Amino acid sequence: MNDMSKYISSTVKSIPPSGIRKFFDLVSQTEGVISLGVGEPDYVTPWHIIEECFYSLEKGYTMYTSNAGLLELREEIAAYQKRKIGVEYSPANEILVTIGVSEAVDLAMRVLLEPGDEVLVPEPCFVSYSPGAVLAYGKPVSVPTYDHDEYRLKPEVLEKYITPRSKILVLAYPNNPTGGIMRAEDLQALVDIIKKHDLIVISDEIYCELTYEGKHVSIASFPGMRDRTLVMNGFSKAFAMTGWRIGYVCGNKDIIAAMTKVHQYTIMCAPIMSQKAAIEALRNGEPEMLKMVADYNNRRKIILKGFKEIGLDCFEPKGAFYCFPSIKISGMSSEEFCEKLLLEEQVAVVPGNAFGSIGEGFIRCCYAASIPNLETAIEKMGNFLRRHQKD
Amino acid sequence: MDLEKKILALIEHDAKMPHKTIATILDIEESQVTEIIAKLEKEKVILGYNTIIDWDKMGDDGVTAMIDVKLTPEREVGFNRAAERICRFPEVRSVYLMSGTYDLSVIVEGKTMKDIAWFVSHKLSTLDQVQSTVTHFILKRYKEDNFVFDEPQQDRRLVVSP
Repeated sequence: MNDMSKYISSTVKSIPPSGIRKFFDLVSQTEGVISLGVGEPDYVTPWHIIEECFYSLEKGYTMYTSNAGLLELREEIAAYQKRKIGVEYSPANEILVTIGVSEAVDLAMRVLLEPGDEVLVPEPCFVSYSPGAVLAYGKPVSVPTYDHDEYRLKPEVLEKYITPRSKILVLAYPNNPTGGIMRAEDLQALVDIIKKHDLIVISDEIYCELTYEGKHVSIASFPGMRDRTLVMNGFSKAFAMTGWRIGYVCGNKDIIAAMTKVHQYTIMCAPIMSQKAAIEALRNGEPEMLKMVADYNNRRKIILKGFKEIGLDCFEPKGAFYCFPSIKISGMSSEEFCEKLLLEEQVAVVPGNAFGSIGEGFIRCCYAASIPNLETAIEKMGNFLRRHQKD
Repeated sequence: MDLEKKILALIEHDAKMPHKTIATILDIEESQVTEIIAKLEKEKVILGYNTIIDWDKMGDDGVTAMIDVKLTPEREVGFNRAAERICRFPEVRSVYLMSGTYDLSVIVEGKTMKDIAWFVSHKLSTLDQVQSTVTHFILKRYKEDNFVFDEPQQDRRLVVSP
């Protein structure tokens, strides 16, 4: 076979494959694994949503929609955002329905960045922001957040990383992988800096419904922040709809128009069946969603207590469905810990450094798993730690 | 009361949830969970614990019927006296008072159809208050008390994802 790699662009070559991917291959070869390595709900999409999708297909809704998405859906999204974060968006020109938040992030980078512009990425964080910046010829700048700060982005830390080329700040709270959240006062402390340095905020709020203490607050709700914030959200986590690939972005009409332009040439529109299902989720999905959130919260308590009992030091996550404990007591690197845990105890967790180098020394554990599986995993991790505890 | 309701909500569909797990979820002591459950059992809020079994898998050919019963109500007691009498038969699993064209819905279990036919003709229909009965045999159970029969409960998610 010919080696065709010389044809691949240097930009694409410059981004490393996802650290998770490497680990995934290893896990796939192991049998009988209890996985705390997933990044999605353990529920199937609520039946009424699936059923509504069937119904729309039966009625023949199999065509393109407008580029921005069905107006009916954008109206529901506008109503939802007003309820949820108290910000009003016009369904006509301030909302774009996308293929999940991932597409929205990609679009934002592409429409906002000039080559060399910098994107401030608080880490640990989800894996796609930095590669997204690189693919748009921008420069990602990692901004560390710490467990002793509950993984909140602190203004004094942020300011250290701002340069004249800084253009975008990514805020992804509740946070994957740490479960950290930003409260109103934490966001307030960033507002002046964002304005002073004329930054645009990508606010990835996909986990907003999974907030266990207090109420989710969006940076877009602060005075003067609405137009410089792109609020991104979707249906994957709250409504257990990861495979439907449906999300959206709300923001200033000029930016949304630019994003819609790129979207129309690359995607055309999100699948109509997913859009129809999303309408149903927003209209009637709240009761089941609240039940799922209550269940995640139960399991959050079980894993936290379990980790405490086996001696894993863990910051108490207030959102999402992840724990991010320190594995310092093992004396191992994140990858070594995860590989050994997998091979010796058949428990899969994700190395913290997959979410930025600041995540080294930590592991991500997803508690969207059944209670018996969680309890078994904790017990096995306890056995593992007893064997490997650093003297 | 609030705590009692929370415990009941947790064990309603999982009677075997360990008290330790319940205690962790509700952030209370395990002994407190045990105490509250004992109290609820004593007060007959918790009447008992059943096991939902797929007897088909054990090669057992039991028969279940749902019987619509029309009753003549009695002065002062309405349908209660007849319903209470019907409840006493051990083959009767459930009895409900219904709105609509008949009065009681009685669920009866037997080993064979004959057993049930005998129960209806000899025990149920012969009660003074019973005007008529319509017996429906259950042919296949798809879902019972929230549990779906023959559902592959597999986790189809990728084992690791971002």
